[in-house]
Amino acid sequence: MKDLKTLIARRKFLDLLFAIVGLLALMVGVFTLLALIIDLALDGMSRLSLSFFFSYPSRFPEEAGILSAWVGTILVMFVTATTAVPLGIASGIYLEEYAPKNWFTDIIEINIANLAGVPSIIYGLMALGLFVYKLHLGQSVLTAGLTLGLLILPIVIMATREAIRAIPTSIREAAYAVGATQWQTVQDHVLPYSLGGILTGVIIGLSRAIGESAPLLTIGALTFIAFLPDPPLQTHFPFFSFEWLLSPFTVLPIQMFNWVSRPQAAFHLNAAAAGLVLLVMTLTMNGVAIYVRYLFRKRIQW
Amino acid sequence: MNQDSKITFKTHFRRFRERLITTALFLAAFSSIVITGGIVGVLVFESISFFQNVSLINFLTDREWTPLFFNPHYGILPLITGTLVTTGVALLVAIPLGTIAAVYLSEYAPHRLRETTKPVLELLSAVPTVVYGYFALLFVTPLLQKIIPGLPGFNMLSAGLVIGVMIIPYVSSLSEDAMRAVPMHIREASYAMGATRLQTSFNVVVPSALSGIAAAYILGISRAIGETMVVAIAAGMQPNLTWDPTKPAETITAYIVQVSLGDLPHGSLGYQTIFAAGLTLFLFTLIFNIAGHFFRKRFREIY
Repeated sequence: MKDLKTLIARRKFLDLLFAIVGLLALMVGVFTLLALIIDLALDGMSRLSLSFFFSYPSRFPEEAGILSAWVGTILVMFVTATTAVPLGIASGIYLEEYAPKNWFTDIIEINIANLAGVPSIIYGLMALGLFVYKLHLGQSVLTAGLTLGLLILPIVIMATREAIRAIPTSIREAAYAVGATQWQTVQDHVLPYSLGGILTGVIIGLSRAIGESAPLLTIGALTFIAFLPDPPLQTHFPFFSFEWLLSPFTVLPIQMFNWVSRPQAAFHLNAAAAGLVLLVMTLTMNGVAIYVRYLFRKRIQW
Repeated sequence: MNQDSKITFKTHFRRFRERLITTALFLAAFSSIVITGGIVGVLVFESISFFQNVSLINFLTDREWTPLFFNPHYGILPLITGTLVTTGVALLVAIPLGTIAAVYLSEYAPHRLRETTKPVLELLSAVPTVVYGYFALLFVTPLLQKIIPGLPGFNMLSAGLVIGVMIIPYVSSLSEDAMRAVPMHIREASYAMGATRLQTSFNVVVPSALSGIAAAYILGISRAIGETMVVAIAAGMQPNLTWDPTKPAETITAYIVQVSLGDLPHGSLGYQTIFAAGLTLFLFTLIFNIAGHFFRKRFREIY
């Protein structure tokens, strides 16, 4: 009888022990994230000022800033979004609503799952061989935007599919019953109801692209950029220009890599400040994505 | 009559529009195949020129990788050991922590804790990798140097540890999904036999979810192998045939970055090396991705 009691007590103790170990394992990740943010903030805060945002990179760490980097990030993200969003949503709609169940659809699906697992630097090699040297687009905003667009395409496709899959079949049947065509059903019902999920996926994809530097380094983007691309909006006729697409560029993560790989400690402070800006951008985007998901979940109830 | 022809015209127009849209959507989905074709095409095309100059046997057995030196050697082994060591260190962190966290979240954590901790854990994979590189080089390495005296400023250990934390969410979130997919009645049967939560977790839930957990591990491995910026910044960029994680070394990915930073002429043998290295990396991850795909498919089918 006593043996049984100690046995039970021991098992209960082990159970409790694991509850503590589990909580600790969970906290390792959380605390690492906190340590990372605090470390960056402590190092980089002193460099964050208005002039840091509005200066070009420089040989002198105190004068260097991230103007060309954040302008480049915005331009590249614009190209990335215009590539990945329409292509990704259209692919997702095709696979969920249109695709016949056959071997070819299976191949497309396996292929997308595989693309999602391809290391980002491989996309950079593809861009180097194809966009830079075969299509002669150069080391430009356009090349960078396309590369990152293709990189996040699987994320957008998967998010679209998941959002569409959550819509009950009865909604589609109701639309067909009143004579709607397949596209009318998609346009008037499927797309609006899945908008929240799609938007979440798009934001997460873009936040991934903003922090990506390996594929851009591969196309040869690590250069000293102390000028801004031709502005897209002009003061004289025809008031817009696409020259910026072929302009050389730098982006925030590359500027940060440049600074962190220098031996002088003063540049490391700049790297920390740039990293802080980058971190705030990606964490904000992820926060917005979580909020959007929550908002749409609350609004739509089947 | 007039009315009728109007209707047929409208119907025809609608049918035409539907077909047009279907084709456009199909082309969009097909683009993913074109991308894969582009990747494989570029890698294979440039690698073929490379292997016309360097024999495959040399590539796989030479113990030195010095393609840019006066007396070049083209042995991929040092890059592979570098990749395997950093990945190994990363897995030693991510697999235990990720699995325990997944068991805890799925079987122990109260609802509120799970709902708040999961998004925070996911943020770990949202932090830009270049920021992790900074963290590894300027925070983790100095910290490790206090514990291990004589640790060089660039080493695979700190890069691997940081990658490990970075891939925890990949391991934990898919594992947790797999464990939560295990039906409640299987757990209840275990509890009815008098098992504790710990016994149920590890003797019933984990074995039932094993293929999903395996898929999670494989995803984590594939991420760690392909990780670039952390190793490029913190592990040092010098090929080094060693299994010792406290030494500096170069991974396949870091080598590609190193060459990209320089100014190699297009079409030279040095330029082609990064594609041969890239092809090796692609094949590694492809094997893991395909294996992961089948494991994932299996765990979806079981229940």
